[in-house]
Amino acid sequence: MSEHGPTIAVALRDLGKRFGDVVAVDSVTLDIYEGEFLTLLGPSGSGKTTVLRMIAGFERPSSGSVELNGEDVTNIPASRRNVNTVFQDYALFPHMSVLDNVEYGLKVKKVPADERKRRAMEALESVRLGALGGRLPSQLSGGQRQRVALARALVNRPKVLLLDEPLGALDLKLREEMQLELKSIQKELGLTFIYVTHDQGEALSMSDRIAVFNAGRIEQVGSPREIYEHPTSTFVAGFVGVTNLFSGDLAARLVGRPGTFTLRPEHVEVLASSDTRGHDATVSGVQYLGPVSHVFCEVDGGGKVIASSASTSSTAVSIGQRVKIAWPADAAVEIT
Amino acid sequence: MQLSKGSRVALRATTYLTLGVLYTPLVLVFVLSFNSERSLAWPPAGFSTRWWSTFLDVESAREALLSSARIALIAMTIAVVLGTLLSFALHSFTFFGKNVVSFLAVLPIALPGIVTGVALRNTFVRFGVDLGLLSVVVGHATFCIVVAHNNVIARLRRIAPNLREASADLGASEWQTLRYVTWPLIRSAVIAGGILAFALSFDEVVVTTFTAGAGIQTLPQWILNNFSRPNVLPYVTVVATIVLVISLPLAWLAQRLSDSHLDD
Repeated sequence: MSEHGPTIAVALRDLGKRFGDVVAVDSVTLDIYEGEFLTLLGPSGSGKTTVLRMIAGFERPSSGSVELNGEDVTNIPASRRNVNTVFQDYALFPHMSVLDNVEYGLKVKKVPADERKRRAMEALESVRLGALGGRLPSQLSGGQRQRVALARALVNRPKVLLLDEPLGALDLKLREEMQLELKSIQKELGLTFIYVTHDQGEALSMSDRIAVFNAGRIEQVGSPREIYEHPTSTFVAGFVGVTNLFSGDLAARLVGRPGTFTLRPEHVEVLASSDTRGHDATVSGVQYLGPVSHVFCEVDGGGKVIASSASTSSTAVSIGQRVKIAWPADAAVEIT
Repeated sequence: MQLSKGSRVALRATTYLTLGVLYTPLVLVFVLSFNSERSLAWPPAGFSTRWWSTFLDVESAREALLSSARIALIAMTIAVVLGTLLSFALHSFTFFGKNVVSFLAVLPIALPGIVTGVALRNTFVRFGVDLGLLSVVVGHATFCIVVAHNNVIARLRRIAPNLREASADLGASEWQTLRYVTWPLIRSAVIAGGILAFALSFDEVVVTTFTAGAGIQTLPQWILNNFSRPNVLPYVTVVATIVLVISLPLAWLAQRLSDSHLDD
């Protein structure tokens, strides 16, 4: 494997999907490696869920192909693909107990009753729900249903697990817990996760790689750090995190050369107006976000810059105050 | 919502009055079936179970009861099978003329029975079909299909579409999904539709009148025909009470099955 690089688990080739006149996915090509946590990130309507549904086999591509472990599965129905899906609203069978839900995939594949019961119990225990096998889905909390959906998929030992905004319905605290749990399950089992979300924080914290979607196309693929620090388009820079975008005249004045630049707020320092460095500006707003605060500055001569500073910092500023703003020269990253 | 005391009292009185008007006659029929006299005069002359103990000796009543039960069962079976299949077709597939089919299937329940009756009778006579049990069954099936279909399609629409996707995703074939997921979720609606179809057929008069030949008489027809015959009149109250006692729990059951637990 070494000199040929990692094994490709899923390969998408010029994948496209039209619904009537609407192009949902427009020629997506992407290799997803075995054992990686890949996130499809994008706003709603950007095509990321449609791509996931085409990998699962719920949608037939209008063009292009899907390969699983080197095999073209474009025309193979969902029931015969070795992938499993965790749905956004879990899609648990309401008339079956938790245990029956988890056993389902084994039952339809005619696994003997005692073996499937044992494996289903193991899967339930791995998500810490061993005691709740007899309950109906309607008797569980959202977080518990989420974990049943996960166990129901994992019990089939899929090569690839597809997750469609699986944490979208949970509250913040639980979501953060589940993020860690999902990540550790993925690591432990060495599974390939393809994870759809519109939450850039979730994408940054969990993924090995992120594919950023916009209008049916992939804008950029890379590690969270690459995506955040070296976005290759203004869309990616703006969608992933908060940023300052400079172009044209503003770029010439603030960065010193023409081009389009992204500058993350955490690189911007707010200094006293008497400081010798930086650009003169006026504070136009302060947004308190807990650990950090965003300071909105109007640069003299036009242009807005957002600075982010620790809320504990002693240099508290107020609206209308004259300040200087400065950043390291290499913090403004050119978008090519 | 808060109501003033006056409107609360008024609403309560209206409700009880309406329910009283609806249900008092039913109670009267029940009471009168135990009347010792032959007349339906109020108050009853005395208590007696003689009409109850002898109504089975009235051959025409017995035969009418049997005919009605037989017709309702067959019409119900046809309605449940065709209505359920129709629901699957309309719910799962897109095809040319789908809206027309949907409209035509539901139309018979809106058509006046007299129109359906006349049309069917004409057709049967023209094509030489004997008017009897079969023609009545076909007549009843036209509108019984609608209630079975309405029940089943309403349930199918309430089932989250991704349950079928989840089932396929876990490796189930179409048949396995139907057997383990879809059928258990619609079963109660199918049964409820069947019960309603049975009840609808059991007391239908108009279409029956046009499609039944001389040789067959259903229970509602028997009641109607004997209302003016003083000899048989007391038995009418007994039969009416029996019909009531059978249909009440069925109606209750159908209602319970229709809104069973499967939403969440």
